[in-house]
Amino acid sequence: MNALLTVFAKEFFENLRDRRTLLTTLLLGPVFMPLMFSFMTRTIINRAMDGSDQPVTVATINAAAAPNLREHLAAHGVTLRDFNGDAAAARTAVSGGGEKLVLEIPQDHAERIKDGDAAPVLMYLDSSNMDKRGQIERVEKLLQEWSRNIAMQRLVLRGIDPRILSPMPLQQIDVSTPAGRSVLLLGMLSFFMVVSMFASGIGVAIDGTAGERERGSLEALLTLPVPREALLGGKLLATAAFMSIALVLTTTALNVVLGRIGLEQLGMSANLSSTTGIAMAAILLPLVPVGAGLLTLVACFARSIREAQAWVGMVQLVPTMPLAFVTMLNPTPGPLLMCVPSLSQHLLIMKLLRAEALAPLDILLSVGSSLLIATLLIGVAMRLYRRESLLG
Amino acid sequence: MIEARGLSKRFGAVTALRELSFCAADSRITGLLGPNGAGKSTTLRILQTLITADAGEALIDGQSTLADALAARARIGVLPHSAAIYAGLTARENIIYFGRLCGLSRAAAAARATTLIAQLDIGDIADRRAKGFSQGQRLKTALARAMVHEPRNLMLDEPTNGLDVPSVRMLRALLSQLRDAGHCILFSSHVMHEVASLCDDIVVIASGRVVASGTPEALLAQTGAADLEDAFVQLTADSGGVA
Repeated sequence: MNALLTVFAKEFFENLRDRRTLLTTLLLGPVFMPLMFSFMTRTIINRAMDGSDQPVTVATINAAAAPNLREHLAAHGVTLRDFNGDAAAARTAVSGGGEKLVLEIPQDHAERIKDGDAAPVLMYLDSSNMDKRGQIERVEKLLQEWSRNIAMQRLVLRGIDPRILSPMPLQQIDVSTPAGRSVLLLGMLSFFMVVSMFASGIGVAIDGTAGERERGSLEALLTLPVPREALLGGKLLATAAFMSIALVLTTTALNVVLGRIGLEQLGMSANLSSTTGIAMAAILLPLVPVGAGLLTLVACFARSIREAQAWVGMVQLVPTMPLAFVTMLNPTPGPLLMCVPSLSQHLLIMKLLRAEALAPLDILLSVGSSLLIATLLIGVAMRLYRRESLLG
Repeated sequence: MIEARGLSKRFGAVTALRELSFCAADSRITGLLGPNGAGKSTTLRILQTLITADAGEALIDGQSTLADALAARARIGVLPHSAAIYAGLTARENIIYFGRLCGLSRAAAAARATTLIAQLDIGDIADRRAKGFSQGQRLKTALARAMVHEPRNLMLDEPTNGLDVPSVRMLRALLSQLRDAGHCILFSSHVMHEVASLCDDIVVIASGRVVASGTPEALLAQTGAADLEDAFVQLTADSGGVA
């Protein structure tokens, strides 16, 4: 036990002393990740807000030919301004990005409306450009609305009930709560936390195993009167310590960032308090030994630092795979899913953010399964560390 | 005392050692001499309990390493072939770290480190981080580290590799001093004149076998060669080894 703690202290402080390790483990993940998350969320919010209430001006060819349409749009905050040029010029302007949207009212538009004919309106847009998507969709909706208005008027003129146009009216009843809606966005939260946590353990795990071997300091260490399990145990503990620190830092940073992001603007709210932050960190804590075991196992298996890095790069995706699975399939949380590390933690955090009560059984399964898998991984790592060919 | 009894070891299709036996006595410096690939490092690793022999056994102070590897390790100090020290730690911290792992208390490890730093004359670099140490400074630190738990037996794998002349002289003086204090010192080398100038006994191995052993004078008498280098070439040539 003494030897284990000695190895832990040495690995921990030697890594802490290295400014570069410190930068990658404790700054890159815990600070960079929340910033990225906040940036992404901000962008999504801006996009959703974009065009919902601000006035919009749309360049239009021959706007004068449709005065009623112009009035209808103006009533909903969309102003038409004249576009100087023909259809070809409109194409160039949109594909070049100078205009996001150009409308074209054909010369015979008024005449066709008067005659009761189809009177097309052309929209030039670039669907590969996501910028101002909200505004374009809003204009499109208004145009369709106007088209329906004309259709109804025409039916009434012919003595037909306009309800014939909508034989099956759809009514959406959205029962989601504001907290529930924000979960979609915050679903990424646990992903960021897990990635940041794992990233912080990589350097320490590789340095202590594959690194020690490659630099040639391993042989002397193994000739000491200390069981190899104690040596590896200390190294595992150092990796776990760095991952735990990263977890706490990331959770704190995310809590601060999310408080300032303005989820209310989207009609969302999330159960975000410092208590939630502590609970989130506590839920993710059993994932620390899983990660430390996995990273150390891979680093023990690799013959060189380069090989270890290549493997770890792939292994790092393992804990994020259940998260990808849950985003695609959106499964109902059940006892079985609560036995999958990383996934169970994600589901518990989502419940927490939705302000739902956590079932004790779910917590038990999540913690228990994670610790069981951690034990297995650490056991295999110990076996690898005991083999003769460790020295190469 | 370090003893090898009929050690055999295979790595896949390669036979590294074939019933290799020798004994390194206390108060003697024994040189394990052999061409590259003769099995020197494999022998030392078995003696250090890093790997186990397929047959035969190693004894440290008369106790088999198979019975209790940890107890055997407590009685040896090792300077491996690549005696890298931790670059992020100072020389002193490197020594204390090993002392703590050998079971010394914090105070005892620190006191022992101070003694060794004086003994090896590395006071000027003791509290500098090992990153950027010269080869000689690294070797001295690694040597101090190997001796931190005052082992009776010392094994050094090609310790003079890459050392300058003053450092080799320092090492020689130190090893003689340890020998006179009663330690058993076993070191491997493929450089004949180095072994000649330092060793009391020489064990010549080639192709995993002991081909000759004894004092330098005995080896000369046995081969009838004019000097030790000729003797070495003659002894190892029979086994297909190249000096």
